[in-house]
Amino acid sequence: MSRRRVRYLGSKIAQVVITLLAVATFNFLLFHVLPGDPVRLQARAGHLQPEDIARLRELYGLDQPLYAQYFVYLRDLLTGNLGTSFSFREPVAELLAQRLLNTVQLLALATVLVILIGIVAGVIAASRRGSRLDASTVVTSLFFWSLPTFWTGLVLIFIFGVYLHWLPISGASTPGAHFKSFWDGAIDSLRHMILPTITLVLVDIGQFVLITRSSLVDVMTEDFILTAKAKGLSRRRVLWGHGVRNALLPVVTASALYVALVIGGAIQVETVFSWPGMGELIYDAVLKRDYPVIEATFLLFAVTVILANFLSDLLYLWIDPRVRNA
Amino acid sequence: MSALAAAAPEQDRGRVAAARAAMGLAWSDPIGRVGFLLLALSVALAVVGPVVFPFDPTAVGKTAADILRGPTAAHWLGTDELGRDVFRETLAGAQVSLLVGLLATAISMVAGTAVGLSAGYSRGWLGGLMMRVTDFFLVIPTLPLIIVLAAVVGQSLGVIILVIGLTSWASTARIVRSQVLTLRERVFVERIRALGATDWRIATVHILPNVLPLIFANTVLVIAGSILAEATLAFLGLGDPTHTSWGTMLHSAFTNGASSRGAWWYLVPPGIGIVIVVLAFTLIGYTLDRILNPRLRNR
Repeated sequence: MSRRRVRYLGSKIAQVVITLLAVATFNFLLFHVLPGDPVRLQARAGHLQPEDIARLRELYGLDQPLYAQYFVYLRDLLTGNLGTSFSFREPVAELLAQRLLNTVQLLALATVLVILIGIVAGVIAASRRGSRLDASTVVTSLFFWSLPTFWTGLVLIFIFGVYLHWLPISGASTPGAHFKSFWDGAIDSLRHMILPTITLVLVDIGQFVLITRSSLVDVMTEDFILTAKAKGLSRRRVLWGHGVRNALLPVVTASALYVALVIGGAIQVETVFSWPGMGELIYDAVLKRDYPVIEATFLLFAVTVILANFLSDLLYLWIDPRVRNA
Repeated sequence: MSALAAAAPEQDRGRVAAARAAMGLAWSDPIGRVGFLLLALSVALAVVGPVVFPFDPTAVGKTAADILRGPTAAHWLGTDELGRDVFRETLAGAQVSLLVGLLATAISMVAGTAVGLSAGYSRGWLGGLMMRVTDFFLVIPTLPLIIVLAAVVGQSLGVIILVIGLTSWASTARIVRSQVLTLRERVFVERIRALGATDWRIATVHILPNVLPLIFANTVLVIAGSILAEATLAFLGLGDPTHTSWGTMLHSAFTNGASSRGAWWYLVPPGIGIVIVVLAFTLIGYTLDRILNPRLRNR
């Protein structure tokens, strides 16, 4: 590894650490200093005596100076102590652990489909630039892009669940069902995933199609494409081997930004389909004003997005020749 | 392409003409024209609709049969869970969506331009700090951030506008900054500085107007995003309960099980409303972007 690559890596790692610290500080200020003082929130509901409030403040460490509270907060974060949920009466960390897997399961499939189908459709549109197929791909992408995710889910529920009775419309599996074999259970899970996945793919795919298309259209006007054609390479070799390869850089950036987008999508889709994941958790927590859960879920979302961006920076080390050969 | 030549930095007077020419080019593009027509339709519905068909939120149903009832001669698009007229309610919702979209975007543009301008123009620590703050807001997932802020700060229409506006400026700031960085080095700025202009004057009078055409398309797209954000927030139960919007309607529809009860008339109209307005701004924004963005030209 050359010295400049080490420096690139070092500066990216430093950026990640600073951003993570900034997110944690932001979270601390929002929930511990703004109206989110947990004792005031609890006192609002019940009839607490002043001495009870004082005891609670001592219990939560709120009688300490702000900087001391901040360091305790950071220490708790690092040791995975995220507090106790008001509504579930369970440690928040355990709640998150149960829910995270369900969300990852749902989003992984949708993400793979969005990226793969999006790239292929974008390449096809760009390779026939100006054709009727190209124009209708652009218009369709813009249309899907404009759909509200939650409403798309509601409409799919109505059509495929309520009207046609084809697919289950809520949850991650049939409640209370006992399956004869592992495969019956797996098929049941898959059937529950179909509608939420279609919703996410429909709403998010437009962006990938448009980015891939415009990036490839750009690359196809470059001189090296003309050279490749002049060498007598086949149309397909020129398109995929020279064009697409060089057009994928913006797509990698878009994939990292997509993680932030798909989290927003997950909140809506999980709410609509009662999918027991992180998104449904934050929706429930917001309705019940369960602040420790809102806080921790938000933090986890933010950390995920920051790490995804870091991952795309690392990917650049491998695929971008300007960084790779530096 | 004459519009673009006129937008070149040194020609201040051509700017209004250039903006008009860009709009004209967008109108002659089929995608752009559909966008303008959809926008005209939704503005007309939002302005005229509530006058012709006023919505009275207290006009609830009198018997159980009035509740979640399908379309009839009296209620063209049926009734909601309180027996109110869905058609009139949908027309009333248009205003809130457009209002939130436009005001939030205005806040976002002012914040984004101010941050981008100072980040690009000042060479010292201020510029660096501004850029770090921008990157921070670019990275944080927007919907969870808006949800958290709305949940902590409150649910009035003003707060919602402020929250959406103050969470969507980062991309604008980036575009402005990168433009300012190249403009700053131009000869005409050097000349003005030699004549004794202050930094403030150079930044606001000479650089800012040359940046505006480029954020024009971005502005239109931010409106679409803000309208979607308001609808989503309201759908999740964080809307202003005292104002009817398409998002709050869909929230009630969802919590009252409209889709599983087959009440399509309650589900479809507010959703179509959102799609028409958002699609209008998306189509216009996409077309303007192709016309105004030098990198995307000739596509």
